[in-house]
Order: sequence, then C-alpha cells, then structure tokens
Amino acid sequence: MSITKDQIKHVAKLSRLEFKDENIEDFTSKFDSVINYVEKLKSVDTTGVKPTYHPHSDIKNVMRDDVVKESLERDKIMKNAPESENGYIKVKKVID
Amino acid sequence: MDYNELSITRLKDKLESGEVTSVDLIEEYFKRIEKYDNSIEAFLTLNKEEALKKAKEIDEKRKNGEQLGYLAGIPVAIKDNISTKGLKTTCASNIIKDYIPPFDATVIENLKNADAIIIGKTNLDEFAMGSSTETSAFQITKNPWDISRVPGGSSGGSAAAVASQMAPFSLGSETGGSVRQPASFCGLVGLKPTYGLVSRYGLIAFASSFDQIGPFTRNVEDAAIVMNVIAGYDKMDSTSVKREKENYLDGLKNDIKGLKIGVPKEYLEGLEGNVKSQMEQSIKTFENLGAEVEMMSLPHSGYGLETYYILAPSEASSNLARFDGIRYGNRSSNYNNTEELFVKTRSEGFGEEVKRRIMMGTYCLSSGYYDAYYKKAQEVRTLIKNDFDKAFEKYDILISPTTLSTAFKIGEKNDDPIAMYQSDKLTVGVNIAGVPAISIPCGLSDNMPIGLQIIGKNFDEAKILNVAYNFEKEINFKQTPDLGGVK
Repeated sequence: MSITKDQIKHVAKLSRLEFKDENIEDFTSKFDSVINYVEKLKSVDTTGVKPTYHPHSDIKNVMRDDVVKESLERDKIMKNAPESENGYIKVKKVID
Repeated sequence: MDYNELSITRLKDKLESGEVTSVDLIEEYFKRIEKYDNSIEAFLTLNKEEALKKAKEIDEKRKNGEQLGYLAGIPVAIKDNISTKGLKTTCASNIIKDYIPPFDATVIENLKNADAIIIGKTNLDEFAMGSSTETSAFQITKNPWDISRVPGGSSGGSAAAVASQMAPFSLGSETGGSVRQPASFCGLVGLKPTYGLVSRYGLIAFASSFDQIGPFTRNVEDAAIVMNVIAGYDKMDSTSVKREKENYLDGLKNDIKGLKIGVPKEYLEGLEGNVKSQMEQSIKTFENLGAEVEMMSLPHSGYGLETYYILAPSEASSNLARFDGIRYGNRSSNYNNTEELFVKTRSEGFGEEVKRRIMMGTYCLSSGYYDAYYKKAQEVRTLIKNDFDKAFEKYDILISPTTLSTAFKIGEKNDDPIAMYQSDKLTVGVNIAGVPAISIPCGLSDNMPIGLQIIGKNFDEAKILNVAYNFEKEINFKQTPDLGGVK
C-alpha cells in the first residue's frame, strides 16, 4: 500500500499537526516507508491469540481511597503556564 | 583520580574515610564538566549551586556523625525526561524547553532520600524518540570514545556523561533499548529493569506499557547499588508491582556453576565487525565459569521491531496529546482560535521524529486501521512474550550481543528512519515482553566498545546482576575512552 499526501493531511488533522507544503513530500515518503516496514506483521498467523496490552496482565483497576490530600503548589504550577491571570490559566476567548 | 576509582563504591569509601569531602567531589566533577562538555555536549542543564549547597549539608552532617543515606555525597546525572522539582526538565524538546516541574519523580525522591546529589540533566532524543540522541532539539551529544560517533540513544547524554567521567553514574529510561544500546555504544553497564519494578511516576511518558527507568554505571556492583535505591513499589504508579524489596548486593558474588544459558540464534544474524567473534568469546567465558551454553530459538523475534514501531507510537500519540500549549510549555503566538492554538503550538514545538511517531500512532489507531495494525501488533506481542516465557522454562538466562554493530557515525542514519530503527533490533524484544536485561562491556571492535546483553525472566534482576558480575570479573574489561582527544 502507498500513503498519499491527502492521507497525511488527514492524519495530521487528527493529530493536531500541520505540515508546510515544502516538507510534506519528504514526510509522506518517509511515513510510507515506515508503514511498508510494519506491514510485515500481516504475514504472522495470530488466529486464536489474545492481545497483550500490558506486560503484567494480572494488575487490574488499581484503586485508592478517595482521601483529601495536599496537592501541588499553585504558584509553582502557574509558573509553567504560557499565560495566566489571577491564578487562572488564560486562553483567547472560546465563545463569542 | 584514576578512572576506575570513580565507581560509586570507591567514591563512597573515599567520602567515608574522609579522604575527600562531598564539596571536593562536586567541585571535581564540575571541573571535568567544564573541561569535557564543550565537546561532548552531554548536559542540557547544570545544577551547580544547588549541588554545592547539598554537598555542604552532607559534609556538615558527616562531621557531626549524623545518619546519612547510602549514596551520601555521590553525584548523579539525570536524563532530562525525568521530573526534578525546581530544575528544568525539557525532554530535549522546544515544546517544553522552559518547563520546571513542581514535583520530583519517585526515583528522584529515592535518590534524594539516599543523599545522592543531582549535578545536572542530560541530553536525549526528543521525548526519548530515537536511537542516537540526534533528534534532540538542542544539541548533538558525542560518543566519548570517538567524537565523530553517536553515543547511542535515546539516553545518549546520560551514557556519555558517565563514559567521559563527568558523573559516576546516571539514570536513563528505556522504551525499546534506550539504556542498553547507549551503554553498549559507550562501554558502560546499563540495566533495563522488569516493567513495574521501578516507578514511572514523574517520568514524562512516551509509551506507558514499555517505559522503565534504569541506571548507567561503571560496573555491575554499582548497578546493584543503584537498583537498591530506585526499585520498589510506588502507589503513585498504578503499573508498579507490589513485591518485597530485594537487596541486589546479596548473592552478587555467588558463582554461576551449572547455570543454564540460552543463546537465541535469531540474535546472531546480521552482526557487524568483531561483534560476532566477541560473542563467541563471551560464550567460551561462560563455559569457563561452569555454565552450560546452548543455542536456542525465539521464533517470533523477527517481528519485534515491527511490533514495537506500531505499539510505541500508538501509545505516544495518546501520551503526547497533553502538549497543547495551554497548561505548560511553549504556546505559539500565531493563532486566531483554540483549534489553531493546538495545531500551531504542536507543529512549531515538536521535531520531525516526534511528529512522525505521533502521526504513525494516530494512523494505526484510526478507524479502519485499528484491527490491522494496533490489535494485530498486540497479538504478536503475546507471541513474543510467550517465546520468552517458554525459553525461561528451560534456561536461567539468555545472552546475546546488545547491538548489531558498535556506535555509528553522527549523521549516518539521520535521513533513513528504518535504518535508525534497526539499531534497536536486539534490545526491543525485552521491552515488548517486559523482562529485565543488562548490557555490559565485553570487548572492542576497531577501538569501539561492544556490549553483551544478559536477559532474565521477570524480576530476576538479582540473577542477571550475579551473572554479569561473574562475567565482568572473568574478562576484566578495563579499557576506557582516551579523553586526551576530547577538547
């Protein structure tokens, strides 16, 4: 199978990414080579094989008690925010 | 100071006997960093002021006879994807180039409780995605054995820092070989612990069902010491495994007579230079030590890389969705609405390899392709895992070279993702199965170090360390990089 530029644009949209016109050709061809590479898996017979999502399948739904605890310091968290005001993270107006 | 004296154990002796103070030691290491790091470029951030302050405190406590941690006064370098409170943590990415974590990763807390001193944060492939440290947004780290070569990756900065004597030990992280491969390329001991043994809390996630933090050290005993400090259950990591804490120094020096060793024949294909002859030599060494070595097969190992390069990017595409320019990191100034804020921030902030993996993961998880790629790869993962389970019914450990070749040239594989991915060929199976493995130096090829990989079954770190220790003592590998050429 061969990946097209339109497919790359679609996957980019899903990924919240965009590519400049001058880069998309090169990106598409390298992406295509990676997809072709992993295609090899299709030849493996996995009839009746269960997927492994996690190395320790015996760990399931780890829960903790819902106890109020001290959280991280607000000013230290806010220091990392690109824009903030009055202890809130600021973005451009979302709804007109 | 002599290179071999710079192990944790020797430094600990010197500090405890009063031969050096912690302040002396920290100053000595910063001198080395000043001398070598202009050319090696292992460090992204230095922590000198804080390190000296901490060293003074430790010296004071030692003078007063107060109780000190096991690593009191020993410097450590940390890969820059492990969160350090108040100290910049960038993942070598523009998207969080000024990020200062408001908390410590659990491994950092453990190191601090043991009174180790963090001297700086080391370079890596951006978000640990790469095998050469060349995808870093900031700098290209050089291999101290030959500065025209890569140190390996993604934990290349952590490996280069230890190999060039700028730190006695360091922490890296693995997703597909990112500790063992650079350890092999830089002539160090590097350990990938069993998935779930070392807490991932505070390790900025790449692929959560693979990621593990592991140490780089100069010898096997040091690796056991670091594991004693960083391993253990952590309630902050829901994939952390509850089990009793082990002392990895116990039994380290036991002999290995009668040990059953398997050599996967698939791991001997495509070896370059002296890697194959060194492997044969290593097998003889184990036989001399009284072990029984046998060729065997891991029949699905030929599908390891393909499985990995579907699953790891799939998990990454989800994990890296958090970098959206809202709560932390760089925000593009070039947007009109929220959607554009996300797209511009991410497109300007991530480098090419990170974009490729996010895109690859998004593609494999997208509707219509999920079963063919993601689910299929998870099924093959089961087959690969079963291969290891079966092997460990018969063998105590498996051995192989860590990598196909020694360190390659800077720029050599930059433009060919598939060629770059191949350098994880012999390491990636271990991550897919979750089992532990160590890489230790076993010889040289054209003056560059070769690594031997020792793989164990889940939570058999004590055994692989014991085996590695015996091997290390037997071959007595003493070669070190000639830093005379490093300016």
